[in-house]
Amino acid sequence: MKKLIALAALAVVFAGQSASAQTLKTVKDRGMLNCGSNGTLAGFGLPDAQGKWTGLDVDYCKALAAAVLGDPNKVKFVPLSAKDRFTALQSGEVDVLARNTTWTSSRDTSLGLNFVGVNYYDGQGFMVRKALKVNSALELNGASVCVQQGTTTELNLSDFFRAHNMQVKTVTFATANEAVKAYDAGRCDAYTTDASGLYAERLRLAVADDHIVLPEVISKEPLGPAVRHGDDQWFDIAKWTLFALVNAEELGMTQKNVDEMLKSTNPDVKRLVGTEGNYGEQLGLSKDWAVQIVKAVGNYGEVFDRNVGANSPLKIDRGLNKLWNKGGVVYAPPVR
Amino acid sequence: MSTDLPAGLPPVRVAFYNDPKVRSLAYQAALCAIVAFLIYEAASNAITNLERAHIASGFGFWHNTAGFDISQTLIEYSAQASTYGRAFWVGLLNTLLVAGLGVVFATVLGFIIGIARLSKNWLVSKAATGYVETIRNIPLLLQLLFWYNAVLKSLPEMRDSYKIPGGIVLNNRGLFLPNPVLGPGFHWVVIAFFVGIAASIVFHIWARKRQERTGQQAPVFTTALGLIVGLPVVVLIVTGFPLSFGFPQAGRFNISGGMEVLPEFAALLFGLSIYTAAFIAEVVRAGIRAVSRGQTEAAYSLGLRPQPTLRLIVVPQAMRVIIPPLTSQYLNLTKNSSLAVAIGYPDLVQVFTGTVLNQTGQAVEVVAITMAVYLTISLATSLLMNIYNSRIALVER
Repeated sequence: MKKLIALAALAVVFAGQSASAQTLKTVKDRGMLNCGSNGTLAGFGLPDAQGKWTGLDVDYCKALAAAVLGDPNKVKFVPLSAKDRFTALQSGEVDVLARNTTWTSSRDTSLGLNFVGVNYYDGQGFMVRKALKVNSALELNGASVCVQQGTTTELNLSDFFRAHNMQVKTVTFATANEAVKAYDAGRCDAYTTDASGLYAERLRLAVADDHIVLPEVISKEPLGPAVRHGDDQWFDIAKWTLFALVNAEELGMTQKNVDEMLKSTNPDVKRLVGTEGNYGEQLGLSKDWAVQIVKAVGNYGEVFDRNVGANSPLKIDRGLNKLWNKGGVVYAPPVR
Repeated sequence: MSTDLPAGLPPVRVAFYNDPKVRSLAYQAALCAIVAFLIYEAASNAITNLERAHIASGFGFWHNTAGFDISQTLIEYSAQASTYGRAFWVGLLNTLLVAGLGVVFATVLGFIIGIARLSKNWLVSKAATGYVETIRNIPLLLQLLFWYNAVLKSLPEMRDSYKIPGGIVLNNRGLFLPNPVLGPGFHWVVIAFFVGIAASIVFHIWARKRQERTGQQAPVFTTALGLIVGLPVVVLIVTGFPLSFGFPQAGRFNISGGMEVLPEFAALLFGLSIYTAAFIAEVVRAGIRAVSRGQTEAAYSLGLRPQPTLRLIVVPQAMRVIIPPLTSQYLNLTKNSSLAVAIGYPDLVQVFTGTVLNQTGQAVEVVAITMAVYLTISLATSLLMNIYNSRIALVER
């Protein structure tokens, strides 16, 4: 009987354990940030041969770890496929999802996600073989298109062909890898995903020069990190990590000059680096949270250039992703 | 309990909590209560957490518009007009199609290989052994990927399609066959087909009765063939051939018209059939081995020739051993068809637990439905096989 009571008590403890709202405390106790990321997309999230992760989304997670734990290396990257990513975040397997994920209304509401902002303004495009002599996506009537499952891409594709009264044969794969491989093997005439992804995947094809990216961008794809509903403090921290990266670029703070910035007299800079006010403490972090972020990965511009921009193999033009005062739409609320 | 005591002794008074019957009942009731409590706690815990995170729950999504395309649809489906519920049925039918055809192919192939392993011909039996040992020791997922790549890589591009006489086109987008277009009056052919089947059954019963009475045999097989195939053909000619074919036509990108067999489907069907056939072959071999050699000798001594001996004596007895493990192979094949997700075939798991789950975010509901479906398919298969098994089981008199 005693055994039974012990078992029942154990059952109560086990079943009563619910997903904690205290993500910050959980992460600090664990000493490690679990970051859901893309494991196969160059420029956004990809481990190299030594298991070192690089990418725009990877750097966001490193920045978050630097802000929360003071060490950008205390991140465990969990590679997720497009279709499994939301379940992983909902169930608490990861603390934050930074996996080139499009911000949409249904994901923000019924999927139980909170998008913290946009770290890359993207749009969906098509890649085809040069030999097909197709110059526009509008000529793709009747084509087979390979696409990755569980993406906004899958839905936009269907909308685009219907809107232009064209037929399409969709072949859906569970991962981008499989979709690209099938496209490369000739299963489909076109491969579609976000434009940034097209440039990255094109470089991985057998003969990259045999393929072109069509000029049409058929959708808005604001990509951003997301956290779970129900933990406002963690949501704030995730949001302001992204804003700190953008504000740092705007204020001219870089990985190199961050220590000099501590002596700055500019009140905007002083508030960001924590020499004035207690803005870090308000977030539940240390005073120098933004300094930790910039020391770890640099500002938004540096992160962009290193992973997808001028200093990367992808060489994607910053376009919309320039700061608001340089002709783009990247904008962050002020620290004050 | 006290009634079991020998008569004459005074009845022993036992405290009720020491009564083994009461005790075992109490333990079982406690166990049931704990299990029920665990399930209740897990469910209410899940509901509370879903509510706290404001994640949608319930089955309302079933009637929402799906918005995504599916490459193979056996029933009418369109991304814009169809619901998630419709997508579920499309996926389920695709699963049933590949599982049903897979069971047929695997059974035929498995029986051939199983019998070949018992062949006296050294080459045939060693080849069959090699097949079984190779195929069943390689993971199915690898085999599926192999077949998919073999299909895609070895077939030509659209422009250089193989053209097979009869309007058949083969390329790396699939196999394209002419599809029959039924004209008015075709229903007579269908009626003739069923009349042929009914007549064959009647003839079979009559032939058996006559054999029991007189010992004379009638050509049941050829007569049935004539009735089932011949009769509809005759009706087809008489009604003026109300049947034409739609031929596949090459367009700029793809082939349209005709029937289409997707490479994903072909690879999955190949992989599943070949893999499961290796296991069925072993089941068949074991079944035949289980029939005592004395049975064959007895049949020979009664004057039966080898062919009727196999058909009337060995196979019916072997089936008793074969059916139960064969059932579990059928169930395995059906469940393994969910590996379709790896090669892009739109089965239930790919469509429903893949895209629908992701778009709606309702993992609990979607996974529960999918598990219930596989359970239903498996139980239904078991039921049918059990009915068949009880019909052929040894009847002891």
